[in-house]
Amino acid sequence: MSTRRPRWELTLLAYLAAGIMFFPIFWLFLTGFKSEAEAMAIPPRLFFSPTLESLYEAVTRSDYGRHFLNSIISALGSTLLALLLAVPAAYAMAFYPTPRTPGTLLWMISTKMMPPVGVIIPVYLIFRDLRWLDNVWALALIYAVMNLPVVVWTLYAYFREVPHEIMEAARVDGASTAQEMLRVLLPVSGPAIASAALLSIILAWNESFWSLNLTAAQASPLSVYVASFKTAEGLFWAKMSAASMIAILPVIVMGWLAQRQLVRGLTFGAIK
Amino acid sequence: MTQTQALVRSKTYRLRPNTAALLAPAILLLVVFTQIPFVLTLYYSFRRFNLLNPERQGFVGLENFHSHLTDPIFWTAVQNTLVLVGSVLVITVLMGLALAVLFYQDFPGRGLARTLAISPFFVMPVVSALIWKNMLMHPVYGLFAWLAQRLGQEPIDWLAAYPMQSIVLMVSWQWTPFAMLLILTGLQSLSKEQLEAAKIDGANAWQEFRYIIVPHLAQTLSVVVMLETIFLLTIFAEIYASTSGGPGLATTTLPYLIYLKAFGEYRIGVAAAGAVFAVILANIVAIFVLRLIGRNLQGGRT
Repeated sequence: MSTRRPRWELTLLAYLAAGIMFFPIFWLFLTGFKSEAEAMAIPPRLFFSPTLESLYEAVTRSDYGRHFLNSIISALGSTLLALLLAVPAAYAMAFYPTPRTPGTLLWMISTKMMPPVGVIIPVYLIFRDLRWLDNVWALALIYAVMNLPVVVWTLYAYFREVPHEIMEAARVDGASTAQEMLRVLLPVSGPAIASAALLSIILAWNESFWSLNLTAAQASPLSVYVASFKTAEGLFWAKMSAASMIAILPVIVMGWLAQRQLVRGLTFGAIK
Repeated sequence: MTQTQALVRSKTYRLRPNTAALLAPAILLLVVFTQIPFVLTLYYSFRRFNLLNPERQGFVGLENFHSHLTDPIFWTAVQNTLVLVGSVLVITVLMGLALAVLFYQDFPGRGLARTLAISPFFVMPVVSALIWKNMLMHPVYGLFAWLAQRLGQEPIDWLAAYPMQSIVLMVSWQWTPFAMLLILTGLQSLSKEQLEAAKIDGANAWQEFRYIIVPHLAQTLSVVVMLETIFLLTIFAEIYASTSGGPGLATTTLPYLIYLKAFGEYRIGVAAAGAVFAVILANIVAIFVLRLIGRNLQGGRT
């Protein structure tokens, strides 16, 4: 951390920059607390009597709960599945590296560099034949695959820092591999599991390419629901804002908590 | 081999878990959902395959690729993709650099200011498209229109008059925090001694920035550029929710074109050929990132 005190102009500039970057979000939140008439008012109102009316209307729409639930299922379900697959994989690579380990890890990371358009057509056709289209669990499965490399990498980087001695001690005491992972490794890996999970939830929650193409009325998460406002020309800005606000607020808060992990997770250790 | 060595050996051997079995589920899933589908995409790209007429299938050689290469729409989409990625890269790297230098300084409330500044990265792309399209850029009720009027200008219908610039602005807003965070991480590994030494040697702020900070950041910046390129090449939701690729083809990028061919026109073969182009484009960059990551993997603990 720098210890130097900047000139006050630079501090002011930093505040200003932060304000400008945050402004569109602030404006969305503000609009979410307006009535429809105030949302469209000209000149735009900074001060108004806030109302929960739009928020209430947005949330109580019959389908809002379903989309919200789909977002929860696809984000949490995919994260759980990714962790379930990634913990053993990262454990194996971190504690028992072979000459092939760097290659395997790199290959996993390379799958994250595959543009979704490169694979969506066959996946769509297969899902159609399996009747998995518009199925929230199928979407969760896709998200798990999408986030698996990031989760594996985050866990791997952390596991490599765990002293091998404590694992060896457990092994000498006759612990099985599963016991070793569950009873020794996981209890000391809380921060890594948490940051991998946070990152995976954020990425899954905000994803919209797969959800727009693989889901319809039943399984679509909030990203698809919010996208349906794209044709609502002006008439429902307050409700749109209120619905969007609930859709982005949890993830923004998680993002604030996950700033550091984000850098590590998304760069795969390319920046130290 | 002494007895103890043999014992240790057999013991470690016995104690070594079956790593292949531990890795298999993760590898299997990645193969099933990324490698096999891509092979199928390749396969479709050489076939005539239209979902509206699925019986009429067959090998057509390079015809799908040829139809793209001779179609001006394809070249427009490629050009739009490159313009979008290139412009966003330049803007986000410059803005990210400026913001990182600002937030590198120590000032009261820095944590809060930095947290506010990175927030756009966590906004769902669909939502950010709606915020910009409706509440900021709308020609009648948008904030920009009101500002223009206050300044005595005619309000502009941004997405109609400057569609690509508007998308670039929107996407840059989202990705500047990513660049900033990465650059800030790079900056924090800069040694204080070096900066102090430069100051003692009489370097001013600009010289310090130009001759110490920028060279130090060279690797960080190359990572930012490469990773952003890979992610930006897949931009879809922002365009889908704001302009739908229009007006005309003004904001139709390669992913959006493939989407239109596959899910709008049901031309699977042609869309698959487009997807193959998209993968090649992404791989050109990915090779360099992977090489860099691979080098870091070999070199000690990360």
